[in-house]
Amino acid sequence: MSTRLYVPNDATAIACGADRVARKLNDALAARGQSMDIVRNGSRGLFWLEPLVEIDTPAGRVGYGPVKPSDVDSLVEAGLFEGKTDHPLCVGLVEEIPYLKKQTRLTFARCGIIDPLSLIEYKNLGGYRGLAKAIEIGPSATVEQVFESGLRGRGGAGFPTGIKWRTVAAAPADQRYIVCNADEGDSGTFADRLIMEADPFCLIEGMTIAGLAVGATKGFVYCRSEYPLSLEVMNKAIEIARANGLLGKNVLGSQYDFDMEMRMGAGAYVCGEETALLDSLEGKRGVVRAKPPLPAHKGLFGQPTVINNLISLATVPVILDKGGAFYRDFGMGRSRGTMPIQIAGNVKYGGIFETAFGISLGELVNDIGGGTASGRPVRAVQAGGPLGAYLPVHQFDTPFDYEAFAAKDALIGHGGIVVFDDTVDMAHMARFAMEFCSHESCGKCTPCRIGSTRGVETLDKIIAGTKRDANLAILTDLCQTMKLGSLCALGGFTPYPVLSALTHFPEDFGATPKLPVAAE
Amino acid sequence: MAGYEPWSEIRAQEIITAHRHMDGATMPILHAVQEAFGFVPDLVVPLIAENLNLSRAEVHGVVTFYHDFRREPAGRHVIKLCAAEACQSMGADKLTRYAEERLGIEMGETSADGRVTLEPIYCLGLCACAPSAMIDGRLVGRLDEETIDELVAETNR
Repeated sequence: MSTRLYVPNDATAIACGADRVARKLNDALAARGQSMDIVRNGSRGLFWLEPLVEIDTPAGRVGYGPVKPSDVDSLVEAGLFEGKTDHPLCVGLVEEIPYLKKQTRLTFARCGIIDPLSLIEYKNLGGYRGLAKAIEIGPSATVEQVFESGLRGRGGAGFPTGIKWRTVAAAPADQRYIVCNADEGDSGTFADRLIMEADPFCLIEGMTIAGLAVGATKGFVYCRSEYPLSLEVMNKAIEIARANGLLGKNVLGSQYDFDMEMRMGAGAYVCGEETALLDSLEGKRGVVRAKPPLPAHKGLFGQPTVINNLISLATVPVILDKGGAFYRDFGMGRSRGTMPIQIAGNVKYGGIFETAFGISLGELVNDIGGGTASGRPVRAVQAGGPLGAYLPVHQFDTPFDYEAFAAKDALIGHGGIVVFDDTVDMAHMARFAMEFCSHESCGKCTPCRIGSTRGVETLDKIIAGTKRDANLAILTDLCQTMKLGSLCALGGFTPYPVLSALTHFPEDFGATPKLPVAAE
Repeated sequence: MAGYEPWSEIRAQEIITAHRHMDGATMPILHAVQEAFGFVPDLVVPLIAENLNLSRAEVHGVVTFYHDFRREPAGRHVIKLCAAEACQSMGADKLTRYAEERLGIEMGETSADGRVTLEPIYCLGLCACAPSAMIDGRLVGRLDEETIDELVAETNR
């Protein structure tokens, strides 16, 4: 086998020139009469280094990054094809990069290492051992393994996955469904995208196990339209899985049938809410449904449906392979296992950091993330997407854990953290949160539909200095109504960024305001 | 940007026929229609309704709910600038104003000559190489004024 050269086929890498880098490397090889396989692997999730070019050497894979197309000539001259380490862009052995070495990669174990569409490489690194185990122990024991693992919904709600699966398995029906929520709309998140682009078979295996466990024969992945590359890679992977007896009748030679397909969203953020997603899948407007009935009882097309976040489903193979107890042993309190924390925004080392729950926010932002990209002091971090609270620096000791964040009126959501430096105007960010809600509201319930618009207007008055104290009281009251009266998290959680900005950064809202207590 | 097909009812019916067997076929049909014609013409609404046994109001409701579906053709080039928080933290607002100035249009507008449409997009998942954009379906990260100039130049081709 000839030496392998790796250039990621990943949206971030491509956005930073990976395709052109790959072409230039190919040309350089041809010009030198050398032959190497250029593998388009997924990203390792060390996005500040993308495009990260790697080459096999006897000592392991040596990396160079971030490589611009214009760097290729000098890299080749400095001995990239021989794995030489003299060039300033050389990062040495990739596995030894502290950012990667400090992680506990369970869900993302294969990301960036393998060719995403190579079933052989997937299987060589533990792929399809989880499904084999599930087939061996049968549906109810599979559900119990997931229950025992303590896995909670990685979309943000944190509901125990095992309980959801039990409910669906027990619901009488001729047809049950597995739906994967890959409508990853939160700014600062890209974990779903990374799995789909770097390790698509992991999701396919996870959904197949879910199908087996609850007696569902059909699955859908609802992927946002902003991820065209993810859709392309997943569609190819599904075809390969079908051709190899891993989807369809008698998967892996068992008595179980399961097939799945990709569906594309159309730019509506609210479709990340599970019931709006189901309506959208059915071909309707993505309007939120009132619960009950729960999707586990009446979900897609009125049938019992497991609807899980992509990361929850992609974590199932490792749980089945190594056992629920193995997974449960990571983490703290009621937050078990690992979380792919996505470090983004104005940060030096942005990327995916998968680690056991319990790491502090400050460690993530300063030690792992290296502080701001601008070099200015960190002022705030928004955790959990557009519906998540802004945390000030004095709360950086908060451990990354569902309950610890909730105690500070914050949420971990889908695990994204967006860093802001001291140039941020928090009144502007609070206004943006309301504006985003008014833009994306499905319109079903009044607190969200009307409240968000009134929220923008009220914030405009506060920013303009009109009757500031009176309008602050109105805003706080309005937030309370939205929190308590909205049908779903869009209207219900938009007050978190607004009120946290107001509580922690009152100076941005004009003269030091006398604030009513913002907490519940 | 790839040229789109002119409106044809026969072609629209072909697209519908190819997808109508799917569960919840409305969205896949609308995506395929937009891919073919560049937008979702009003004329296709009754056709979809009839094929899927829905009311025209239901199909109209779906078309108008989702940001992605256009009811009129866009410019020959489409630049989408990310307006979400992570990109804002890296100065997206300022870059947006710069792009508006360079193109002479505001966010959400198409230039009078039909050359380019400028739109906001809420997150491309490139939040660790912000600010980011998409031009004619191609992703661009680590935007600065220089790359905006390049994008603008691309729309002149």
